[in-house]
Amino acid sequence: MKRVQFSHSPIPYLFIAPQIIIICVFFLWPAAQGIYQSFLLEDAWGLSSQFVWFKNYEDTIFKKSWLQSATFTLIFSFLVTVLSLAFAMLLAVKANEVIQGARTYKTLLMWAYAIAPPVAGLMGNLMFNPLIGDLYFFLNAMGWDFNHKLSSFDASFVVILIAVWKQVSVNFIFFLSGLQSIPKSVIEAATIDCKSSIRRFWTMTFPLLAPTTFFLVVINITYAFFETFGIIDTTTGGAPGGSTSTLVYKVYTDGFRGSDLGGSSAQSVVLMLMVLALTVIQFRLIERKIHY
Amino acid sequence: MSTVKLTNVNKTYANGAHAVRGVNMDIANGEFIVFVGPSGCGKSTLLRMVAGLENVTEGDIHIDDERINDVSPSERNVAMVFQNYALYPHMSVRGNMSYGLKNRGDTKEEIYEKVVAAAKTLHIEDFLDRQPNQLSGGQRQRVAMGRAIVRNPKVFLFDEPLSNLDAKLRVQMRIEIKKLQRKMGVTSIYVTHDQTEAMTLADRLAVINNGRIEQMGKPIELYKDPKTLFVASFIGSPQINLISVQFDGNLLKSGKLEIEGFKNLPTDENLVLGIRPEHLRTNDNGPLRLKIDLVEQHGADNLIYGTLIDAVSEAGGDLEICLRVNQKQEPQIGDVLKLEYDHENALVFNKDTGLRLV
Repeated sequence: MKRVQFSHSPIPYLFIAPQIIIICVFFLWPAAQGIYQSFLLEDAWGLSSQFVWFKNYEDTIFKKSWLQSATFTLIFSFLVTVLSLAFAMLLAVKANEVIQGARTYKTLLMWAYAIAPPVAGLMGNLMFNPLIGDLYFFLNAMGWDFNHKLSSFDASFVVILIAVWKQVSVNFIFFLSGLQSIPKSVIEAATIDCKSSIRRFWTMTFPLLAPTTFFLVVINITYAFFETFGIIDTTTGGAPGGSTSTLVYKVYTDGFRGSDLGGSSAQSVVLMLMVLALTVIQFRLIERKIHY
Repeated sequence: MSTVKLTNVNKTYANGAHAVRGVNMDIANGEFIVFVGPSGCGKSTLLRMVAGLENVTEGDIHIDDERINDVSPSERNVAMVFQNYALYPHMSVRGNMSYGLKNRGDTKEEIYEKVVAAAKTLHIEDFLDRQPNQLSGGQRQRVAMGRAIVRNPKVFLFDEPLSNLDAKLRVQMRIEIKKLQRKMGVTSIYVTHDQTEAMTLADRLAVINNGRIEQMGKPIELYKDPKTLFVASFIGSPQINLISVQFDGNLLKSGKLEIEGFKNLPTDENLVLGIRPEHLRTNDNGPLRLKIDLVEQHGADNLIYGTLIDAVSEAGGDLEICLRVNQKQEPQIGDVLKLEYDHENALVFNKDTGLRLV
């Protein structure tokens, strides 16, 4: 087949130039810098540097602390994604069935969306404070010897709880609009065809929500990987013993607290590759099974 | 093989809208009932109450002898065909048709046989493994029908199933639905706003207006013997000609127009004379004069639209009427025709109550 050639005017390029410039200056150039820096060994003040090839990668990635952080990140991301999606879906399905006062419910459920992650972390910090925290008292009163300053399990619990709470509202909004885009008559037809509402949910609502769910899985994994930085920084700060430090948080602590710019850059390059691989896998595996 | 009985059925919505008002109806086994009426008259609500998609505010619905007000839709053993087909978009045609059977626990072999049999009846056996979005409108309509018949229900419910199809397909599917219903002998309720569909499909027709059954009967009865002005004007295409008149004890008068031949009508009420387009004929001695505005050629016959000279419409302007003539007559726009009407087919209504007098 022959391609039709149109004579081009330069004007369209002018229109997209601002976006292209923003991408180049704020994304491509820093990424390139990061990759370059990951091959350098520098002193803490950046006065002298030496090209060391993959030494930074060997030094950081094969360390126990990195593997611990990677494991925590995977578990953390998995739990945050699954839990926040599950709660949001449950709330959306229930809110969608409410007839009276539906707007109030929906507004209240969306509210948490407006809270920035560091603020959510700060609130969590207060609620789990050993001196004044109500949740801290409550959990201890329930017979759980709760202390997130000492136990890494308890600390993970705090971080995951806050991260999930913060994300449920975002997912809720998407699920609700996904539910509302399912034609009413399809649900009605299913009501005539199937008695059990639970079965109807799994055979009708859930598969028809799949495009929304898939989109949200991608969004939530990205959230758990990167945006939870603020929550971790304001609550545990990676403590105890780096057990609640995600990879992004470790990049930050190693680079800016530990002044190991080369090692930190190497970690961020690895992180970039991980996210890239994850996204490709998601699109390959999941998208095939989704009906749009 | 079932009867349906509605007893004093009412529906009031939460916002206070009274959609269905005291409907009583007995539907015999195997009967094809059509609900017809303008949009918002409550005909769909009534159908959805039989399906169980709307709850009944007051009154009882029985299928056979079982009161089904509180029975869940899936246990009423009804099947419904929706206007937009409502196919399950993530399932193949086969999946769509077997979904209901699977949920009620039929075995795989049974389901396979039933689906294939239903698909053959509807000539969709070649599409069984396609997805709904790969089908044309007419094919989707067939799948929706297939999903209904495969369950072998007690009652078929149709909610304007043909209104999304093009004109030609609509006529074709209309005939098929009628044939299929005859063959299967399943009691059916069909909702439509299309009076041609209503006339051609129904064993009995219920004209619904403002939540009430205005009149129910065989289509031809409703056509020939409408009880109210609403039924007369709703049934029949083109619409019946309505002339606002007064009776002076001797003549019916509309403006300067005077019509003879009526007796025993009240003189103190506003009346409406209704004459169907096919009951008007050209006759040089006729009492009516028509100035032609438009001629529609329909092939077999022509419809002539024009102004009835001397008559005054309700709003005080010209009165437009229509008549049906043989295609051989080709009158010209602007001509004046003299008309006579079939006196025995003329209908007279009380304008204010809408009830028929003659």
